[in-house]
Amino acid sequence: MSLVWYIAVMALTTYLIRMLPFTLFRRQIRSRYIRSLLYYLPYAVLSAMTLPAILYATGDIRTAAAGTGIALVLAYKGLPLIVVALAAAAVALLTGFLL
Amino acid sequence: MRNPFTRGMVHGIPIALGYLSVSFGFGIMAVQAGLPTLATVAVSVTNLTSAGQVAGVSIIAAGGTLLEMLLTQLVINLRYALMGFSLSQKLDGSFTTVRRLVISFGITDEVYGVAISQPGTLTASYMLGLMVPPILGWSAGTAMGALAGQLLPQAVTAAMGLVLYGMFLAIILPVSRKDKHVLFAVLLAAACSCAFYYALPELSQGFAVIISALIASLTAAWLFPLEEVAS
Repeated sequence: MSLVWYIAVMALTTYLIRMLPFTLFRRQIRSRYIRSLLYYLPYAVLSAMTLPAILYATGDIRTAAAGTGIALVLAYKGLPLIVVALAAAAVALLTGFLL
Repeated sequence: MRNPFTRGMVHGIPIALGYLSVSFGFGIMAVQAGLPTLATVAVSVTNLTSAGQVAGVSIIAAGGTLLEMLLTQLVINLRYALMGFSLSQKLDGSFTTVRRLVISFGITDEVYGVAISQPGTLTASYMLGLMVPPILGWSAGTAMGALAGQLLPQAVTAAMGLVLYGMFLAIILPVSRKDKHVLFAVLLAAACSCAFYYALPELSQGFAVIISALIASLTAAWLFPLEEVAS
């Protein structure tokens, strides 16, 4: 399958999701169930994407687990996104040197 | 700062700095998955979304179908529809249809977060200014990651594979800590995703994410619906 098609489908789908409600919609969503679903969905998606994939992201489950551990602690403390993200990578790198 | 475009740009710079390093990680990841540098940058320039792009690249790498790509992007990026709904309530009269068509491209979690917290209505020039630095940062970071990824030591690029996932955790955890219902959805989604990964490895990662996320958020919405809005 051509790479161009993949990227075109990906970009067009993403754009339409952003564009249609923003451009066409001018009133409030009333359905309680749909509002609840839309509220929980982003966190559920990110969680499903992260686990278990994060454990295999470095190619060595030990360095990945070390990075994941520090990311969990710092994220729980509410540190900025960029700090958590870079600390995870830095700890995985250091663990790799120590092993 | 009277000029709304400049004010938007200033508000967009911290977002751009965050994007720079995260997209650097994406660039490395995509090239490692086998995408050419140009295609990697094209993905970032045309999509401007972290989670969707990571999932998209893994579908490309696995040779998935276009339907799988479409459904995955739909589910992962559905939150932008909600943000679009939400922002649409806050726009001032300067938003013609053409401006809405342009501005909607730049709705991301962080742009939404900054825009929605502004007092009063939003002008089209403020929104345009707000999204210019993040778009540049995201594209430039991706290009640097894709190019430098081949020069950096293998240990460094392997460790950078954690950057995006670290960012995802930083988005999820503070909210889960405050809202136990979100924590429920997060844990259920992770449990489903792990179950699919280990018990049903034939299922592609893209579909596993979609199904896990839908099971978790449908269940959470059913068990713990949000308060009724005052009408």
